[in-house]
Amino acid sequence: MADWKDQVEEIVFPGKISVPYFWTVGSTLSKWYVQMRDDGEIWGNRCPECGKVYVPPKIKCIDCYQDMNDWVKLPGTGTVETYTVVRYHEPTLHPKKPPFVYGVIKMDGADTGMVHFIDGVKPDKVKVGMRVEAVMAKERSGNILDIKHFRPIP
Amino acid sequence: MERVAVIGVGQTKYEQGKRDTFHELVFDVAGKALADAGMTIKDVDNIVSISSDFWDGRTISSMAIQDAAGAFGKDITTVEGDGTFGVLYGMMRILSGSFGVCLVVAHHKGTESNMNGITNTCFDPLLERRLGLDALSSAALQARRYMAVSGAMPRQFALVSVKNHGNAKNNPFAMLPMDITVEDVMNSPMLADPLKKLDCSPVTDGAAALILAAEREAKKLVTNKKRVWLLGVGHCTDAYRLGDRDLADTRALKKAAKKAYSMAGVDPWDIDMAEVYDAFSYMEPLWLEGLGFCDDGKGVEYLERGTFDMDGKLPVNPSGGRLSANPVQVAGLAEVIECVLQLRGTAGKRQVKGAEKALAQGINGMCGQSHCVWVLGK
Ligand SMILES: [Zn+2]
Repeated sequence: MADWKDQVEEIVFPGKISVPYFWTVGSTLSKWYVQMRDDGEIWGNRCPECGKVYVPPKIKCIDCYQDMNDWVKLPGTGTVETYTVVRYHEPTLHPKKPPFVYGVIKMDGADTGMVHFIDGVKPDKVKVGMRVEAVMAKERSGNILDIKHFRPIP
Repeated sequence: MERVAVIGVGQTKYEQGKRDTFHELVFDVAGKALADAGMTIKDVDNIVSISSDFWDGRTISSMAIQDAAGAFGKDITTVEGDGTFGVLYGMMRILSGSFGVCLVVAHHKGTESNMNGITNTCFDPLLERRLGLDALSSAALQARRYMAVSGAMPRQFALVSVKNHGNAKNNPFAMLPMDITVEDVMNSPMLADPLKKLDCSPVTDGAAALILAAEREAKKLVTNKKRVWLLGVGHCTDAYRLGDRDLADTRALKKAAKKAYSMAGVDPWDIDMAEVYDAFSYMEPLWLEGLGFCDDGKGVEYLERGTFDMDGKLPVNPSGGRLSANPVQVAGLAEVIECVLQLRGTAGKRQVKGAEKALAQGINGMCGQSHCVWVLGK
């Protein structure tokens, strides 16, 4: 089928699908975002059965399938479990210009990792095991970017 | 339990910028698979199609290719995920007793859209999607975590690219046959540390199809020479959020592999060749550990020793792997087809001599959230 263009002029339709959505954030994450937006605090929630603390919080523990209504305030500090320095540019996706750093941060007092930006440090100085703290955005509107990024603890 | 056989296969050449529509691709490979099985569409009683709405840019993308898949007047269902899961669905439909012969067909054209944009929409819009994560940057997080846990180094991951692009030279269907060195991989542009361009699979277009038949039908329809049996399958999923898993822990794959081996009645080292999902170089040793071919953290050592080379103890990705052609969703089906060709002894220059048992492993979701493992045999 590869050679049909020898006989026929090819037509290509450019397209774009643009559909608005209004996703409800739900009870658990709404509570989390309000705590972050209004008080600048990061909370996690704990499984009543295994004691695992999730941040971001979850409705149910994935291991025990239990409701998690036990909320704990976290100190906002943690350790870099893994990271990457992004060098490619996707202007419609990336809120930052490359090079910038994503990390998975194991927050103190929590048992799960949080994916976020690591900044306030040269990208090539970021290391696994580095101690970091959350920097809250000055203007907060109740979403994941209310945490501006994590930076090394001096 | 009744056995299920693969009795026909068909695939396009994998390449960029295919000038065929989805319908044309599907019609092409469905026709090839039917011809390979020596049958017509009238002999097929149901169809499983595999596609992604976001990639195709249309809702219920499967509906649009139904006539091309020969589904008019028949039962058709769809898997939105890797082709290995489509085979699973096809087999289960046959084992249910409702159907006898199933056409499984997958299509994908990565070059008509934007890989990073589409894989970004895999992330939770309530959380990580806003951070701009995609398949590449999340894979980089997994690669670094794997390095931290195992001590593996980027130069060792590069060996996977060298091996698989080299294997692709013997596969006329592969897109990127290349003679490259570790230095070439290390010097290719850094995209997201530690992943460089040559650690990543290419955006690819293509389609593939296979025909499954119940044992009673398989015996009726084809010669012994072409028939290959699905001996075992296992599938298992891990947590959705990256932070809810340890990205270097292959617990879901281990469970899937154990189920597949147990159903097939084999041990890992009974396998003669394997196709594993190397969307990124580091994935090959990581998944080989999860599949039980070596201890955790030892994948790159085995790789360095040549265990997974064409002349090694277990040739891995003789097709050239996903690093040499990665039509997403189609890719796992292409793996199963490669296993079928190897077991038939018709894999040409890449034939693994005397292959009796073959393994294919596909993934769904970011960083291998879920896995489907197949054991096939003569
Ligand atoms: Zn629990």
